[in-house]
Parts: sequence; C-alpha cells; structure tokens
Amino acid sequence: MAEFVQFAFAGLTIGAVYALVALGFTIIYNASDVVNFSQGEFVMLGGMTTVFLGLWGLPLPVAALGAIVVTVVVGLLLHRLAIEPARGASAVTLIIITIGASIFLRGLAQVVYDKQFHRLPSFSGDDPIRLLGASILPQSLWVLGGAVVIVTGLWAFMNRTLIGKALVATAANRLAAKLVGIDTSIIMALSFGLSAAIGAIAGLLITPITLTSYDAGTMLALKGFAAAMLGGMGNPIGAVVGGIVVGLLEAFSAGYISSSYKDAVAFIVILAVLFVAPNGLFGRAKVERV
Amino acid sequence: MKLAQRYLPVLIIAAIWLVLPLFFSSGYHFRVATLVWTAALAVIGLNLLMGFAGQVSLGHAGFGGLGAYAVAVLPTHFGVPPLLAFAIGVVAAGLIAFVIGRPILKLKGHYLAVATLGMGILAYMVFLNEARLTGGPDGMAVPRLELFGTRIRAIETWYWIAGAAMVLGALLAVNLVNSPTGRALRAIHDSEVAAKVVGVDVARAKLVVFVISAIYAAIAGALLAWLSAFVNPDIAGFLHSIELVTMVVLGGMGSIVGSVVGAAVLTLLPQLLTAFADYKHLVIGLILMTVMIFMRDGIVPTLLKLIRRRGS
Repeated sequence: MAEFVQFAFAGLTIGAVYALVALGFTIIYNASDVVNFSQGEFVMLGGMTTVFLGLWGLPLPVAALGAIVVTVVVGLLLHRLAIEPARGASAVTLIIITIGASIFLRGLAQVVYDKQFHRLPSFSGDDPIRLLGASILPQSLWVLGGAVVIVTGLWAFMNRTLIGKALVATAANRLAAKLVGIDTSIIMALSFGLSAAIGAIAGLLITPITLTSYDAGTMLALKGFAAAMLGGMGNPIGAVVGGIVVGLLEAFSAGYISSSYKDAVAFIVILAVLFVAPNGLFGRAKVERV
Repeated sequence: MKLAQRYLPVLIIAAIWLVLPLFFSSGYHFRVATLVWTAALAVIGLNLLMGFAGQVSLGHAGFGGLGAYAVAVLPTHFGVPPLLAFAIGVVAAGLIAFVIGRPILKLKGHYLAVATLGMGILAYMVFLNEARLTGGPDGMAVPRLELFGTRIRAIETWYWIAGAAMVLGALLAVNLVNSPTGRALRAIHDSEVAAKVVGVDVARAKLVVFVISAIYAAIAGALLAWLSAFVNPDIAGFLHSIELVTMVVLGGMGSIVGSVVGAAVLTLLPQLLTAFADYKHLVIGLILMTVMIFMRDGIVPTLLKLIRRRGS
C-alpha cells in the first residue's frame, strides 16, 4: 500500500507537468491549428530563467514572476516573428518552423545561461510528508496545487470572461469568429502568450524536483504531445487527463516493471488506445467534407 | 512527361556525385559528402511517404537503427557475415513496416505522427536497454564490411558505395512515382476520399510506400553504421527522426533533388558551424525558421517556381 501511494504521487506529480504541457499544445492548436513543438522550451525557460534571476540576486518569488514574464514575451515574439509571417503555410511547414524555434531557443538558453544542470530550492523545505506509509515531497504538493489552480483558472477564463469566450469561439470556427467581430490574430497572439505562461509555471514548479538544463524541453514536449494526442487533440479536458494518465503509467511501470522501459510502456498504451480509438480518448471524429 | 524530363533529377544527382570528388582535397571532404549521400537516401525514402503519399512519420529513424544494429550486432554476437546481416536487417525493417503499417496508417494527421513517434521510441528503447547485445547508451563497434576478400575502410570507397546507393534509390523512386502505385499515391495526397471513390486501394498503396520508405531508411542506417564503424542508440532517436522530417520539408516535399538538398543543408550546417560551437544551435534554428518562412514549399520547389517565372 505504501509503495502504491508512493508511485501514485510520483505519477501524479510528473503527470501534472505533462498535463500542463499538453494544455499548452491544446490552447495554441485550437486558436491557430499550429502544433507548437517549442512548447517544451517554454517549460525549460520557466525553470532556467528563475534559476538565473535567482543567481543574479533576486528573491525566489520575484525571480519566478520575472521568469513567467520573460517566457510570455518569448511566446509573443515567437508568434509575431515566426508564425504570423508564415500564415497560410501548410501544417507541416508550420511544424518545422516551431521545431526551428525550439532549436533556436535551446541555443539561446545555452548562450545566455549555460550548459549545466541547475536546481531550485524547494518552495517549502525538503522534509517529506508521511502519508499512508509513503513519504511525499512538499514540492509535489506545490506542483499538484499549481496545476489545479491553473486548470480551474483557465476554465473560469474560458467560460466567464469575454476574451476567454472569444478564444473558445475562435477555436470552434475561425471564420465565424471573425464575422462576429473577433480579431482572431490577437486571439492567436494571446494563445501563444497563455501557453508560454502555463509552460513557464510548470517549469519553475518542477525544477526543484527534476532539475533543469538548456535541453530539458525536448522530452517534455514529446510526452506532452503524446498526452494531448491520447486525450484527443484540441480537447483541454482530454489534455489534462492524457497528461495524468501518461504520468501514472510511467511511475507505475517504473515502480513495478522496469525503470528502463518506463517511456516505452506509456507509448505502448498510447498506441493501443489509438488503434481502438483513432481520435484519442475524448476526441471527436472529424468528418471530412468533400 | 517526356522520358528525359522524368529522369532529369536522377541525372543531376548522379552528375554531382561523379564530379564532386574532383574538387575534394582531403578525406574530410569525402567523409562529409558521404554523410550527405547516406542521409539523402533515407530522406528520398521518407519523401516518398510524406511528399507523395502525404503521410508523416516521426519514427523513421527507428528503421535506420534497425539496419544499423543489424550489421553491428549480428556479425559481432552471432558470427553472421556482414552482407547477410545487412540483408536480414533490411528485410526485417520491411517486414516490421508491413506488419505495423496497416493499423498505423489508418490513423490520420497528428495521430499518425504520434503513433509513428511511439514506434520510433520503442525501437530506441530496445537499442538503449538491451545492453548485453547493443552496448547500451555507449554504443558498439561495427565490424568492417568485407567485399571480395578485401576489407572496406577507406572513406573514398564508402563515398562511391553510398553515392551509388543514393542514385539507385533516386532512380527507383522516380520509377515508383510514375508507376500506377505512384499515381494512386498522388491521388491519395490530393484527396483520400476521391481516390477511394475512383477505386484506388488506399490502404494498399499507403502500405507499399511505407514499406519502401522503411527499407530505404534501413539501408541508409546500415551504411552509416559501416562507414562510421560505430553505432549508438541516437541513430534511432527522436531527434534523428525529426532531423529526417526536417530535411524532407526543407528541401521540398515531393522533390527528389530537394531530398538531396535538404540532406546536404542539414548535414553541412553543423560542420560549417563547428567553429562557433556555442552558437551552433542558435544559428541552425534561425536558418531553419527563416528558410521555412520565406520558402514555405521548401528550397527546391521555391527556386524552380522563381526560375520558371523568370523564364516566361
């Protein structure tokens, strides 16, 4: 039992991060049809910028806030300088542009920061909390709490505010949204800024547990993308569920089967799900009009 | 299309391959060019899948890894002669593609992307974790290929072998594109539903090109392993798969010459930038974004369009 709880918490913690990355993919995809492969770099920038602002003497909360601002600016610039000029290009061209952006941001982090591994101090100490015989890092609770706050905040934003509703409308039907007077290009910029902020927060929350480095984003983007697809691309609830499922699968297979094949187990399950449900768990089948 | 026009891309590639060594002054030049030809072979295969059939694969390096580890593991641990090991690796890649192709190719768009990505990761994990056979993350040495009793080690020899493989690959690709299967593929690319309606066996056509592209990747992987005399799991890794896809799109989807150009650009860039080690990623990312923004159809198709506009 103690073992089970231990693995479950480890899975939920990393799963929450995957969920946030998947959510970032989903928001941008819904607003612009772009699959943004530099989503993982947003997470990396969140962690690395907090570390370095801290090293330059800022207290942790200020450094964290600064990191979020920096990452949002990067996200907005990415949209303005790389995505906007390529409007109308094919989906695969846009993907390659975001891959270029991800290589570029990795290179930038390598030059501006460095190539070392870095960690942040845990936000509220390192004394484990005992629960049902398992010991849980306080930082895990920060990650889970942060994810819950972001998801509920996002839900409220999409359902309770005018701008949020404009985002939902743009996702549902871009042309119709334009016709009712929504400036869809501002909405697209907003979606990049929002995804960047979510990524940055995920990054600075998880860094005390997993460490970070300039190339930490790749694997996260991979898992986040897989999680988003598992849930059904474009579905925010699917993204969150997909992230948690991938995290749990990883933790349990690492714990009970073999840690060297933990990444494989997650992907085997994803393949199995896709063979049965080709549009993911929560995805709707797209009807192709001829 | 006239016969000469149809085979023009192959002639151009073959001419470059034959003439280029006249300008080489060191083994390093031969080495880099050989790397380009090997990558180009895999890219031509992947371009058949992406550019002609319109199906993306984010796990193609997995097939490359299969070819590479076949010529490494089989001779080292089981005493299989290198050429037979090569044949086994290539056939295995084709068979695996055939078996997984049907369920996978039913998926569309990004779902296909994530499924192929998963397959690639699985291959990578096997090479990484079966350390007893593969040497794990440290990789392993690849026994030299022996042909007609002589051991092939000179990079110049590999230049001719890899180049010949690429030109042959391009020739077969051109023939495939102009075969009934090729026409079926183009129909699928334009509209899968319309193709189905006029009686194209969509599933079969996709499967054929998937298997062919897997075989190209496996051959390229084996060549790469032989000429570097070493292999590690990165050859099957996600980043290598992404690199192949990027080469296809950068050079131009559906363009054979574009495949070679894409392979050349992405192989040469890191070599040219070694002097600026720290700024390498920065510059590569920047170039990639700029080219794709301003030449969104890829380098070769965009240039061709420009030339045609000038001409008329």
